[in-house]
Order: sequence, then C-alpha cells, then structure tokens
Amino acid sequence: MIAIIDYDAGNLKSVEKALLYLGEDCIITRNKDEIYNADKVILPGVGAFGDAMDKLDSFGMTEVARKTALDGKPILGICLGLQLMFESSDEAPGRAGIGILKGKILAIPPKESYKIPHMGWNSLSVKEDSRLFKGISGNPYVYFVHSYYLQAASEADVAATTEYITHIHAAVEHGNIFACQFHPEKSGDTGLKILKNFCEV
Amino acid sequence: MFTKRIIPCLDVNNGRVVKGINFLDLRDAGDPVEVGAAYGKEGADELVFLDITASSDARATKADMVRRVAETVFIPFTVGGGIRTTDDFKLILREGADKVAVNSAAIQNPELISDAAMKFGSQCVVVAIDAKRRKDGSGWTIYKNGGRVDMGIDAIEWAIEADRLGAGEILLTSMDCDGTKDGYDIELTKTVSENVSIPVIASGGAGKLEHFKEAFTEGKADAVLAASLFHYKELGIWEVKEYLDKEGISVRKN
Repeated sequence: MIAIIDYDAGNLKSVEKALLYLGEDCIITRNKDEIYNADKVILPGVGAFGDAMDKLDSFGMTEVARKTALDGKPILGICLGLQLMFESSDEAPGRAGIGILKGKILAIPPKESYKIPHMGWNSLSVKEDSRLFKGISGNPYVYFVHSYYLQAASEADVAATTEYITHIHAAVEHGNIFACQFHPEKSGDTGLKILKNFCEV
Repeated sequence: MFTKRIIPCLDVNNGRVVKGINFLDLRDAGDPVEVGAAYGKEGADELVFLDITASSDARATKADMVRRVAETVFIPFTVGGGIRTTDDFKLILREGADKVAVNSAAIQNPELISDAAMKFGSQCVVVAIDAKRRKDGSGWTIYKNGGRVDMGIDAIEWAIEADRLGAGEILLTSMDCDGTKDGYDIELTKTVSENVSIPVIASGGAGKLEHFKEAFTEGKADAVLAASLFHYKELGIWEVKEYLDKEGISVRKN
C-alpha cells in the first residue's frame, strides 16, 4: 500500500491515477496511522513553498513526513514535494522546509529569450546506478513545470540533472528518500517506469 | 535539451470528439479517451480538449470526460470551454486535468485569472486569446464568445495584462489564419511572445511542415497547436517532429 499525503495539493489525483494504472494499491490520506502503516509514501505538490509548508504543518504532516523518512520507509517527493523535503527556499525566505535532505531551493535566474517557469519536456542526464531510473537508458525526456530549482548540498544525492538557463538537480536519491522535480505522473511511459521503480524499491 | 511542444487539439461536444479522425486502430474514433491516448502514443507532448457542450449538464459531462482521460493518458492535458469560475477550475483540476483554459470569462472578469492563479498556481492557468487583425492593419483586437464578439481590446495589451495577472501560458489563436492552412500568424505570435514572460502556444493556420518551423523560429512560439491537420492525418505528429529535428529545432523523441 502506498500512501499519498493529502494536504490539498493539486496533483494528488494524477499521482493516484498513475499508480492505479500500474496496478498499485494506494490511498490519498492525511491520517497519520494510515501513512505510518503504508509500505511507501509519496509527497506530491503543485503551488507555492510557503503555503504548502503552512498546510503540511496545519495537518500535522510535516512531522509525519519527517518520521517516515527517519524510519527508513521509502518516500518520494514530486515537484514541489521535492522542494519541501529540503531546508529552505528562495520562494519563502525564512520559512523552514521539512529538512530531510540538505540543499537549497533557488529561483531560476531570468535570461533573455527564456521563459519562466521552466515548462515543458526536457532531457535528463542520469547517474548510472540510480534506482529510480533503473532500466531507463539514454537521456530520457520528462515533463517539468517549475520556477524554483534544487541545488543539493551533496552531489552524491543527485540521481539526474537537466539544463534550463542553469544546471538543475532534477532527481535525488538518499537512502530511502527519493525525489523528482519533474512530474513522473505526466511524463508518459518514462514517467510511469520511474514510478514503477519507486514502487519496487 | 529543452524541447518545443507539439499539441493536438480535440473539440469535444457532449463527451464526444466532434471532428472525425483517421486513426486506423481506434475502436471508437469519437471517444476523447481513445483519441487522446492515440495522440499520446504518436508523440504528442500535451493535449488540449476544447469542450463546446452547451447543454445544461455540460459541467458533469466535462468532469466525466476529464476523469476518464486522466485514467489512461499520462501526459499533461488542458481543458477549456465554458470555464467561468474558480469552482469550474477546481472541478476540472480535481478530476486530473493539469491546466484549464479560460477565454471569454477572463475578458469579462480579469480577476478570474488572478484568483485561479492564487488558488491553484499559475502553471494551470492558460489564457486563450482569439485575435483578429484590425481592418486598417494596425495590430489585432480580441474576440469573445468563440470569435463572435469584437471586444475592441488590443490583443498585445490583453496578453501583457493576462501575464501580469498571473496566467501561466497564452494559447494564441489567429482568427484570420484559423482554417486557412496558410500558416500561423507569425507577426502576431512573435509580437505577443516578445511582450510576455510566459510561454505562448501558436494556434490557427497550420497546413504544412514549414509552418511549424516558422512558428518557432520567426514566431518565437514555445509550442504549436493544430487540430484538423492531425485529425485528418494530413500530417502525423511524428512526421512533424522528425522534420523539426532535422531543421535543428529540438523536440522530444522518446
């Protein structure tokens, strides 16, 4: 059973539908027991860092996510969910993130003839021994929508990178903690394979 | 490599795709789910569903369609047509759509753009603009109600305003070019694209491969939309992508 943490994020249903399509049991919930009893946990997310942290806090989910990660249970952050796992973000200065991974969330710097957000399909450079990208070869294309990006503190945590104006850490793996800046649930067959890989970790 | 997007548009009425389609392997060419999935397999980067249902249960049939599409299609999709309130946004996003397109309602009530952006994030707010060149040739004005009512508002200024209000993307249709197959309105596309900070989807007029290239190179579009060209298989999505790739425009190939 996979628990999708419900804090009113926009892409909950898309993640659920992708998991159902893959034949996985899943539940959208903010019930602590259900999350603690699940085999794996997904933290989705679309929207703003500060608002999302406020909601996670108000539902008691910040602590739940932290405890899940510390307990060694596989947890996957998607899009804003990735950003929330880190310590802080340019988007909400002074606001602490969940802080289960080390790194910063920075604003993508504006550049002539580039649009922000970084919206659309971009290719990844994938680290060879990555568990999320197991069985995916070459430079797979995945779907991004974001205005802020991750700079992980440790290169060892970075599973995939992409380029858009700047060098972006697009996916991370740190023990039982996984995260993607892009949307695997909207990245066609490649994305479904990534979700499947997480389900099979 | 960041890529330019190719987006087929499906017109839907009462839960059925309106225009015929020449996909050979479809059991039901009128089912938006099957047609959407077929486009996905063919390499579409996103889908746009334009719902023109006018009946009293339009909201329910639209929600039902979105739910069914989201169960089988795992690429981003936008739903537009008859969107009036943030509740309409909520309903469609909750069923699994990624973006919602607004047109007439945003012209009447521009706050809809900012309200929706605040509530659901800019990334899901697509402002659709139907623009037509003024008779004297001096720029373009916007039309509402499916191109029936000239609002007398300058199209470029409206695009800038939509951007300022928090739109995440502009879906720009040239009414002069739509249906002509003579190519996108490059000047309109370029002018809007250069004046906004958000992505612009060029729409209206695609007839041959070169038109797609022009929209990206001269028109500075971030994505292109086409309907009948793809529906009637005059061009396939892969064909367009292979051509663009050869011409040095980056497109998603896997």
